[in-house]
Amino acid sequence: MGQAITVTINGAKQTKDVEPTQLLVELLRDTLGLTGTHVGCDTSQCGACTVLVDGRATKSCTILAVQTDGAEVVTVEGLAKNGELHPVQRAFASEHALQCGFCTPGLLITAVDFLARNPTPTDSEIRHAIEGNLCRCTGYHNIVNAVRSAAEMMTTTAQPKVAAGVKR
Amino acid sequence: MTAATTTTYIGARVPRKEDPRLITGDGLFTDDVTLPGMVYVSLVRSPHAHARIRRIDTTAATEEPGVVAVLTGKELEATGALPVFITVPSMNGSKHMPITTDKARYAGDAVAAVVAESRDAAKRAADAVTVDYEPLPVVVDATKALEPGAPIVHEEMKSNLVFTYPVKGGDVDKAFRDADVKVKLRLVNQRLIPNAMEPRAAVAKFEAGELTLWSTTQIPHFVQLIVALNLGLSQNKVRVIAPEVGGGFGSKLQVYAEELIVGHLAKTLGRPVKWTEERREGYLATIHGRDHVSDVELAAKRDGTILGLRVRTVANMGAYLQAFAPGIPTILHVFVVPGAYRIPAFDYEMRGAYTNTTPVDAYRGAGRPESAYVIERAIDRLADEIGMDPAEVRRRNFIPADAFPFNTISGLTYDSGDYAPALERALAMADYKGFEKRRAEAKARGNYRGIGISSYVEICGLAPSKANSALGVGWGGYESARIRVHPTGAVQVFTGTSPHGQSHETSWAQIAADALGITPNDIEVRHGDTFESPGMGVGTFGSRSLAVGGIEVHKAAEKVREKVIQIGAHLLEASPDDMVVEGGKVFVKGVPDKAKNFGDISMAAYLANNLPEGMEPGLEATVYYDPPNFTFPFGTHIAEVEIDGETGAVELVNYSACDDCGRQINPMIVEGQLHGGITQGIGQALYEAAIYDDNGQLLSGSMMEYHVPTAENVPAFKLDHTMTLTTTNPLGVKGIGEAGTIGSTPAVANAVIDALSPLGIKHLDMPFTPEKVWRAIETAGGEGRR
Repeated sequence: MGQAITVTINGAKQTKDVEPTQLLVELLRDTLGLTGTHVGCDTSQCGACTVLVDGRATKSCTILAVQTDGAEVVTVEGLAKNGELHPVQRAFASEHALQCGFCTPGLLITAVDFLARNPTPTDSEIRHAIEGNLCRCTGYHNIVNAVRSAAEMMTTTAQPKVAAGVKR
Repeated sequence: MTAATTTTYIGARVPRKEDPRLITGDGLFTDDVTLPGMVYVSLVRSPHAHARIRRIDTTAATEEPGVVAVLTGKELEATGALPVFITVPSMNGSKHMPITTDKARYAGDAVAAVVAESRDAAKRAADAVTVDYEPLPVVVDATKALEPGAPIVHEEMKSNLVFTYPVKGGDVDKAFRDADVKVKLRLVNQRLIPNAMEPRAAVAKFEAGELTLWSTTQIPHFVQLIVALNLGLSQNKVRVIAPEVGGGFGSKLQVYAEELIVGHLAKTLGRPVKWTEERREGYLATIHGRDHVSDVELAAKRDGTILGLRVRTVANMGAYLQAFAPGIPTILHVFVVPGAYRIPAFDYEMRGAYTNTTPVDAYRGAGRPESAYVIERAIDRLADEIGMDPAEVRRRNFIPADAFPFNTISGLTYDSGDYAPALERALAMADYKGFEKRRAEAKARGNYRGIGISSYVEICGLAPSKANSALGVGWGGYESARIRVHPTGAVQVFTGTSPHGQSHETSWAQIAADALGITPNDIEVRHGDTFESPGMGVGTFGSRSLAVGGIEVHKAAEKVREKVIQIGAHLLEASPDDMVVEGGKVFVKGVPDKAKNFGDISMAAYLANNLPEGMEPGLEATVYYDPPNFTFPFGTHIAEVEIDGETGAVELVNYSACDDCGRQINPMIVEGQLHGGITQGIGQALYEAAIYDDNGQLLSGSMMEYHVPTAENVPAFKLDHTMTLTTTNPLGVKGIGEAGTIGSTPAVANAVIDALSPLGIKHLDMPFTPEKVWRAIETAGGEGRR
């Protein structure tokens, strides 16, 4: 028997009937057609299915859809706002941080969560943050560059606001 | 040819045209294809590595809710066997049915297929299929498989020997008689699991007599051909689409059973059918790579001069021959074993063996990483034996720059090469001179530090069709390209290559843009759909796409350019010899105001009322290009490791590589290919191994037991390049897709052995896991931090 849950996905509140065994990734891909989130393994190793659940990067193959009742979920389709790409998306393109692009949605999401908590990371902190997302194409070199570059973009654009309020 | 093409975009770091859709979730991968009325397939796979199938009872499965059909191999017999595209001399080919009927020959061999209304229903019903197996003795190890009395994988054959492939040149016996020094090594090049991040999938629909098949493939045209032949359809009624493909590395260079199964089911059921591999299923049912055991002997003089090389290898081919499998340990391995060195005598005997394991075929590098591992480990052993710097041994044996074109002892002709500069630049980047100080500092910390060099040459750009044929390759080595300029000036490039991460849309657009005097953004590159391809395409593998497919894009663009010039000259009443094609315009040299826009020219070509006398209307060109030779990229990779004296953990602390792929179309893409390739090679050296138990059960059966390198396992890479243009093609391009994987594994292995050499350790087999290294240190009486 299905169970009704209400979940906000990429800003839109929806009520859906889900099976108790249905995974969040199945809700996203099969029910809602949000196929940007990918399934790359069956053991929670690869991270291709990572989405934001209440702001935290979460492997959507490892959480049941019913657990997201009342939550806010953001997928790769929801990263761009008003037609403007998120700095992490821009940085992945400019730094050539993707090749086949299959793991990319999960990595973008992981990076967004990570930079929200650590806006000025070191390279080794970046490597640690993305170690739950496997990429077989890039060797991670340019992904690290992209996350660093996104961090710089985000702090540069954020700084004027801070500077305006703080006299140094 | 009129005015020469300028290179505005060739060589530039043009941003990728692929990225906008892939960073927003808009890319369409095969499993994203969902069609109305679609049903789902789940395969029943043998849990036994070797078992006779006595009986299959599908009654219970058929009664499960939502089940549409249950198939055994009998119903699929008419579809015929899976193809093998390469035949080497003395080969015992295997009959490989999409669903086996008589025996399961490896754990994972498909024995039945269940079709149901949902994925879950199909899986549940697959569990309800009862198979009565009679387990048979199992052979996993290839060397044991060739011993008398071994269980026979294919009973119609007398043994498990697939082929014996000898290649000889010079007098090896004399080389060993004359040698001051002989070194001997047994090298295990362990089995790997490719792990493209996207699992395989196939979706088929059959409408109005036409089959459309979406597939995670590197070779849509081959799939089209085989599906048409095997399902009894006219080739023009089979459309194969490789949409976004999430990495391949050789594992999608196949015609797989599942493609035929969904095609057959769509045709017979009249409903769209989808099959998506689960990762653990893929570990069993998608090809593996490598798996060689080699006995290597090198004869040399005391001054380091190599006199001869003798190798005996057994390659584990798995339970069946896959599409390209016979060519991997033979054509793509044996010939290039002499590598960058002048070796006067060579004697290689390769034997292939059937075993009760997952079939082995091409995995990134495909035979060439095994080659580099053989020669580069042997050279380091020689250096150790004679007490000479491994860099110096390489210098002394390199084929000198003035010796090209060079006929190798194995029978290849290297058109070009200049190996010493790449070595010297890599040594400088790696601060090779300062290494002993770092080793001493590590020792003071209780650690072992080592540095390892690998100077590889690879063979790619497959290749001349006649050479292919002589080697037993049953397909042409050309590619195809078509450039279509629409009346408005919109440009489409259609290519027979089929990228899955290699950025062809960008590189091919750069090549065409320079010829047509427009920008890459003005050009759309289309690929992977056999209904809009230029003709027969061969596909993307073996680092061939640029050196073959890119060249014909260049040639097709030059043809279109020539017509643009002719029309432009006609409209401007000028001589074609004076025309310049640049900045979206055609103009008279020195008079940029006297110009026609590119779109004016294309419109004129289609209005066709004012064209040069005798010219055909339209503006497009189709080119098939068959290269005259293979290409031979090369380079030197240097790895530096520090081994924890207490735990045996290997940390890769520095990585430098200087590669030469000829002209680079887009250096950003070249570097990306190297980063990924190097990481896969590091994976083999340090982390990855497919391990079977004696019963043929895959112990490394999921990503939990098989370690794909993470971001924390690899360092940032230092890259440099030299640029030695190949004479084989007009752009001087060679290929870079596999170089990183070929160069890196021996470099890391040599570094680890170098680190342990003060303990008297001469060799260890990969992967260098902490446990293995720790045990070696303990056995050798290492001090560590104790």
